[in-house]
Amino acid sequence: MSTRDELLALLLENARYSTEDLARQMGADEAEVTAAIEELEASGLIRGYQAVVDWDRADRERIRALVELNVTLDRETGYDDIADRLVKFPPVKSLRLVSGDYDFALEVEGDSLREVSKFISEKVAPVPEITQTVTHYIMETYKDRGFEMGDGHDDGRLSFSP
Amino acid sequence: MKIADRVQQIPPSGIRKFFEIAEEMDDVISLGVGEPDFTAPWAAREAAIESLKDGKTSYTANRGMRELREAIAKRVSVQYDFTYDPDTEVLVTAGASEALDVAFRALVDPGDVVAIAQPSYISYVPGVTFAGGEPLPVPTHEEDDFKLTREVLEANGVADADLLVLCYPNNPTGAIMTESELAEVAAFVREHDLTVLSDEIYADLTYGEEHTSIATFEGLRERTVVFNGFSKAYAMTGLRLGYALAPAKTIGAMNRVHQYSMLSAPTTAQYAALEALESCDGDVIEMRDQYNRRRQFVLSRFEEMGIDCFEAKGAFYVFPECPWEDTDAFAEQLLQEQSVALVPGHVFGESGTGHLRVSYATGLDDLREAMARIEAFLD
Repeated sequence: MSTRDELLALLLENARYSTEDLARQMGADEAEVTAAIEELEASGLIRGYQAVVDWDRADRERIRALVELNVTLDRETGYDDIADRLVKFPPVKSLRLVSGDYDFALEVEGDSLREVSKFISEKVAPVPEITQTVTHYIMETYKDRGFEMGDGHDDGRLSFSP
Repeated sequence: MKIADRVQQIPPSGIRKFFEIAEEMDDVISLGVGEPDFTAPWAAREAAIESLKDGKTSYTANRGMRELREAIAKRVSVQYDFTYDPDTEVLVTAGASEALDVAFRALVDPGDVVAIAQPSYISYVPGVTFAGGEPLPVPTHEEDDFKLTREVLEANGVADADLLVLCYPNNPTGAIMTESELAEVAAFVREHDLTVLSDEIYADLTYGEEHTSIATFEGLRERTVVFNGFSKAYAMTGLRLGYALAPAKTIGAMNRVHQYSMLSAPTTAQYAALEALESCDGDVIEMRDQYNRRRQFVLSRFEEMGIDCFEAKGAFYVFPECPWEDTDAFAEQLLQEQSVALVPGHVFGESGTGHLRVSYATGLDDLREAMARIEAFLD
């Protein structure tokens, strides 16, 4: 595995590892790791760092919806143009062009059902090239970005074993 | 009730005292654990569940399910230039530990001398004693990177022994032996007509160097029993599934002991193992990568603390020198004051004296904290 891939693997595992921890695990200098991270960030390969949150444990309500979008294109408007317009909206958490029965998979997040519905009906649906929206509200999240939600497992191993 | 002499002569395990202290305490970070902190790959677990749903709850053949023996033989043939016959040269057991026990009982006559490269896994000496043999410790030392050399074998009278027990990658030191180093041992074994019991349970967990089996050297296949299993590489310790590879006559003898004691290895575990061989190599690589990072983390922390630590290249242990002369006192006080558990090296044989076994089969957050506590303890 190249140093860059190793660093990415570690950051994907836990983006909060300190550069010191990263360096120790990789058998590298801290300065090297810092430089490599800066390069990954500057090149745009790393776009950001976020926590994976289990909202079911929070007092605050969080509504997420997956929206299927169908679009029609013309000479002047391509997929990228429509995407450029949609990604600017803060409630849009992800937008992907996909193969299959619809064109875009859009993920929207808001504080209430009303807020999310309003955003889809007032901001997304009126985009002229969008011909159809199908909204799926997320009722339960079992796994997100590789992390299983739920209680996890305690270490049931004996303190000493041969 | 009378207890048999051969059992009475075995002292209690050297880690029991520490275990009892740790059991009374909360918040212990244990680096004393000789098993993965990962869970068995999901595909293997699912295969076990499915086998139960399908009602596969009977005994299998004594030697193990044929499909599993075939899969083991196929896997081994990829690693070696030769293959083992799944019908006569493979025995599936309840963990590699059972395979070892069965081998001792099948191959050792009362009074036979069994040389054991040490520091070693704690069950070899009692296993030989239970079988009526005479254990002959063969010490390896840090100066030699805990490797076995011709000089060590000669100096310790191994030429007159009947069997030689090896474990590389090694528990507890993490030492490995390269092909050329093993070739020297293989030549000695041939010259002195020894039988080799080669415990290769950590074969898939090496960092930087490929594992070589001693059975692959000329003339060694006929005189070697190779032990392996699913506990370490596939994180399946609780499923108790191991195997032995050896010439038909030896496996036949081992099977005679196995069939009267275990009958057959657990059926559910055999289904899990079959699936592990068929589809879980990616999981093994992922776990190995993580062990390797933790290994580097721990080694660099010991270096920073000024604790001399041999650079282990296999298994999931490092074996640093103990900063105190009294290793037991160090381990006990560290456990009581800082709640960090590790194992004194002498538990694994006299040549482990003055060292500590530190397992890094533990998540990085705990490792970081444990190392910080050791550092604080030293200050």
